[in-house]
Amino acid sequence: MPKIQIPTPLRQYTGKQGAVEVKAGTVADALSDLVAQHPDLRRHLYSDDGKLRAFVNVYVNDEDVRYLQKDATVVGEDDSLSIVPSIAGGR
Amino acid sequence: MAAITEAKPATLNNDEILRYSRHLIMPEVGMEGQQKIKAAKVLCIGAGGLGSPLAFYLGAAGVGTLGLVDFDVVDYTNLQRQIIHSTADVGRKKLDSAADKLTAINPFLNIKKYDTRLSSENALELFKDYDIIADGTDNFPTRYLVNDACVLTGKPNAYASIFRFEGQASVFATEEGPCYRCLYPEPPPPGLVPSCAEGGVLGILPGLLGVIQATEVLKLILGQGDPLIGRLLLVDALGMKFRELKLRKNPDCPACGKNRTITKLIDYNEFCGIRGEEKAVETGAGDIQVEELKRRLDAGEKLFILDVREPHEYQIANLGGYLIPLGDLPKRTGELDPNREIIAHCKMGGRSAKAVDILKQAGFKNVRNLTGGITAWSEKIDPKVPKY
Repeated sequence: MPKIQIPTPLRQYTGKQGAVEVKAGTVADALSDLVAQHPDLRRHLYSDDGKLRAFVNVYVNDEDVRYLQKDATVVGEDDSLSIVPSIAGGR
Repeated sequence: MAAITEAKPATLNNDEILRYSRHLIMPEVGMEGQQKIKAAKVLCIGAGGLGSPLAFYLGAAGVGTLGLVDFDVVDYTNLQRQIIHSTADVGRKKLDSAADKLTAINPFLNIKKYDTRLSSENALELFKDYDIIADGTDNFPTRYLVNDACVLTGKPNAYASIFRFEGQASVFATEEGPCYRCLYPEPPPPGLVPSCAEGGVLGILPGLLGVIQATEVLKLILGQGDPLIGRLLLVDALGMKFRELKLRKNPDCPACGKNRTITKLIDYNEFCGIRGEEKAVETGAGDIQVEELKRRLDAGEKLFILDVREPHEYQIANLGGYLIPLGDLPKRTGELDPNREIIAHCKMGGRSAKAVDILKQAGFKNVRNLTGGITAWSEKIDPKVPKY
């Protein structure tokens, strides 16, 4: 099953798991299965109108889905998805 | 990749030749490369976690002109990671502390200190005299400001950011490469992504990432290797995994795209939806000061103290309050008595202000936020309560 890599700031909503296996044919399926497994993640990934938040980037392997077929990007069994939110710390 | 600096190479004296011998004997650097390093002008934004190793290594490597921008003073909580500052520097300006260390390592440096907060008013003027900008700041408004100013002045940005055990690094705003806005067009809403002050950071992490920034700066100066242009390096210190993601230049990017709309610097606090630094939260109506709380507790009033921090913070210091972390509060309001006066507190007053809003929306009438949190209590009432 494809895996979604969860960044540290969001692991508090996945029971501390760093990667979650999902049932998925597309990126949209993968994210909806992830949110179904971990409902607390929803508000961090989606805005109130149901759109993926603009500061949350999703990658299939090393490609940004915005430059593939976005939500409709096909996800294979061995693919690794990553959620990469922006962080700003530095001091 | 062509070298970024076009200034006339500086010559090295015999002391410098000896000092840089381990560079000079490598063909990738050599005399020509070391002269480029000496001629280079690099501006480090921030002399903190990332800025410490960054400035240290760039100074040791012989970057001729090293600009430092910082407005802060050294604090005890900085010493766990900001290795350019020492215990004796607490209370000194970070600029002075950093400049002393850099001069001690390398007296041949030309260090320029800018005792100011980088702003839309001064960024373009500051950047124009430099070849490369290294962004070691700690908040979203400044990240976007540095990016836009780099794009507008045509200066590459050696970028890194950190959070807890994770870091990101890239080189933005080169002529052909993507900029920070190509990666993240919009900042997260305030409060959703905690800062290092709120979320913590492993002391070593800024070391790892700051050294990666310094490496990229030197590669840009030398025109050697493959800089992190169009690539985002993800560092996971817990798993000790380094991963790389592809970054593309967004043709519709408002900062660097063909039909760019950002042609001058904007109000970045407004852009990021915040009023300023996330420090002690301003007093709002219905807030209670620590002095008043002390007086009423001493008078024997039965106030209910609600602590909305995390359990590990409670272990560091507490006021004996009832602990419900802010994230759990919406689900746990049933544990609270709506008929009692509730005083909510956290570390500084930010999270407890949100807690007050949550409780008021849940129908609680008599809820007040403790201004300045347990930190203010430690400072003004009881110094035995440790600050963290």
